[in-house]
Amino acid sequence: MWDYSDKVKELYTNPKNVGVIEDANAIGEVGSIVCGDALTLYLKIENGIIKDAKFQTFGCGSAIASSSALTEMIIGKTVEEAEKITNRDIVEYLGGLPEQKMHCSVMGREALAKAIANWRGEKVTEDATHEGEIVCQCFGVTDVLIRKVVRENNLKTVEDITNYTKAGGACGSCIHKLEDILQEELKLQQSFTESQRDAEKKKPLTNIRRMQLVNETIVDVIRPILQKDGGDIELIDVDGKKVYVALRGTCSHCVASTVTLKNLVEAKLREFVEDDIEVIER
Amino acid sequence: MKNTAKKIVYLDNNATTMVAPEVVEAMLPFFTERYGNPSSMHDFGGKVEKDIEWARHEVAMLLGAEHDYEIVFTSCGTEGNNFAIAGVLSYFPDKRHIITTRVEHPSVLNLCKKFEREGYRVTYVPVDRLGRLDLDVLFDSVTEETAIVSVMHANNETGIIHPVEHIGRYLRERGVLFHVDGVQAAGKIPIDVKKIQCDLYTISGHKFHAPKGVGALYIRRGTRIRPILYGGHQERGRRPGTENVAGIVGIGKAAELARKYLPEEERVKKLRDKLENEILMRFPNVSLNGAKDERVPNTTNVGFEYIEGEAILLYLSEMGIAASSGSACSSGSLEPSHVLRAMGVPFTSAHGSIRFSLSRYTTEEEIDYTLKVLPEVVERLLEISPYWDNANKRPREIKV
Repeated sequence: MWDYSDKVKELYTNPKNVGVIEDANAIGEVGSIVCGDALTLYLKIENGIIKDAKFQTFGCGSAIASSSALTEMIIGKTVEEAEKITNRDIVEYLGGLPEQKMHCSVMGREALAKAIANWRGEKVTEDATHEGEIVCQCFGVTDVLIRKVVRENNLKTVEDITNYTKAGGACGSCIHKLEDILQEELKLQQSFTESQRDAEKKKPLTNIRRMQLVNETIVDVIRPILQKDGGDIELIDVDGKKVYVALRGTCSHCVASTVTLKNLVEAKLREFVEDDIEVIER
Repeated sequence: MKNTAKKIVYLDNNATTMVAPEVVEAMLPFFTERYGNPSSMHDFGGKVEKDIEWARHEVAMLLGAEHDYEIVFTSCGTEGNNFAIAGVLSYFPDKRHIITTRVEHPSVLNLCKKFEREGYRVTYVPVDRLGRLDLDVLFDSVTEETAIVSVMHANNETGIIHPVEHIGRYLRERGVLFHVDGVQAAGKIPIDVKKIQCDLYTISGHKFHAPKGVGALYIRRGTRIRPILYGGHQERGRRPGTENVAGIVGIGKAAELARKYLPEEERVKKLRDKLENEILMRFPNVSLNGAKDERVPNTTNVGFEYIEGEAILLYLSEMGIAASSGSACSSGSLEPSHVLRAMGVPFTSAHGSIRFSLSRYTTEEEIDYTLKVLPEVVERLLEISPYWDNANKRPREIKV
């Protein structure tokens, strides 16, 4: 028997906001009956404020409670405020969840993200919040979701990932991939704290220090990510805050290379070096 | 909803059972009055030996064993299953093949997986959609190399009875050792190890109204097996360790009662059938998991579509009803039970599977109460389900 908190018990026995909003202008659907849990979230958003939220859930007690909690938390909030809610917040609202049930809170967070994307008119395909590569075939979990959950919840083991996302919980054939993702994330976290420490020194970067940091970030953080897809990157020059790079391998002729440049290379350099770095492709 | 039942309606007897009051009574003196060690030379301890031998005789009678000494007391079903398989393999180190089924209890499956990792070959015999063994696969996989075949008498989740007599005859003719896990059969159906022609047969006390912590393994006279525990001379050295005297007396008493009350199982069957038939009749989206015939009389396993098993259990529990589920959520793993998957039960209903298991203590009132409560529970969960169209009272189209 699971050790559910009183709040969880209260919410699965008497869930709030069950049902369908007929004139909903935002709908988010996650999970499937095959996976054993699924949630459909209906929102009525007016002037950027969530006026009403209802849900339907197929799943265990904690899935029902998480869905109910989510709707209670977001009603009355602006979309921007609601977007800031993490699965952690849902867990806190519930007074905790058993480790193996954490994925229920993640499912709530995912449904909310999907509903908001739907409201904004962003293309909601089967995996709108799931862009990326499917890592766990059994439960259709992508690397993007896994990375996000690892970061938000500060996860440290593959078992944690399974508890929070279900990935690796069935056939187990993706466990080595989960291990790789986790190691990358842990490494990122580490270099992040290191760079934070550097930032705390609050000394403006000297040219030579900036160049070193740019080089380190490219070698340790950016290149491993690109190489996973057969791409590569070369640092050509650093001129003040302008960083000149060239994309190599599959990246060089990839149609998404400008996106990669902005969202990955520049973003990472801004994160780890200075927040006004500009990346220019040569 | 509020629990209006005065006491718990316990329909989870395949998980464990209430200790029979007669069993408790029989055990009590062995805690504070007759607590001597049966191995002691003084009368105080030594006389206890007689009670153990009485219990051994009762268990031998329950199983249809020819000799009392063919019964070895253990601590539980898991120990019995481990002892039988590992003990035989240890005697025949050159025989590197095990045959078992895909629907066994984890105490057999996980042990076989361990041997697989150590280089043994294991054949897992499949079952059909109704949970029946594919005997052709079983018989065809027997070779000179086969050390042991282990098949459960009755399945814990579906109650399906496997044709162990048929298997036993085939294996005896070929001189292959046969272990039957009878944990879910004892107390529910007649057992006759001579008729089954098995060499080893496991039972567990707490599944038939003895306490937890005691079981027994039948080892046919002359069966080549090594102990898995080493120590003193207890149980003729086959299972050393100071005897759990009170527990052994308890399983002896429970065995005596099981034989006495076996005719009661007819009544249990009627109650089970009533519960099952009503459920199948009243709810449109429910199906039976497993074959209708050839089942132990106390078990039914039904799959509710569009709602999830753990949620059903939690709601039933709120109403004072204890049952169990093969759904992923309730198992703590993320997949439905291995038994339902082996049967190829669609995930849509495997996630909503509920097992009700009765006992001779189950009353008609309890079944009626369950049948009264269940529709409310199902209705409420369907209301919450995204796969159910509440306005039109029918399932929505499902994207898989």
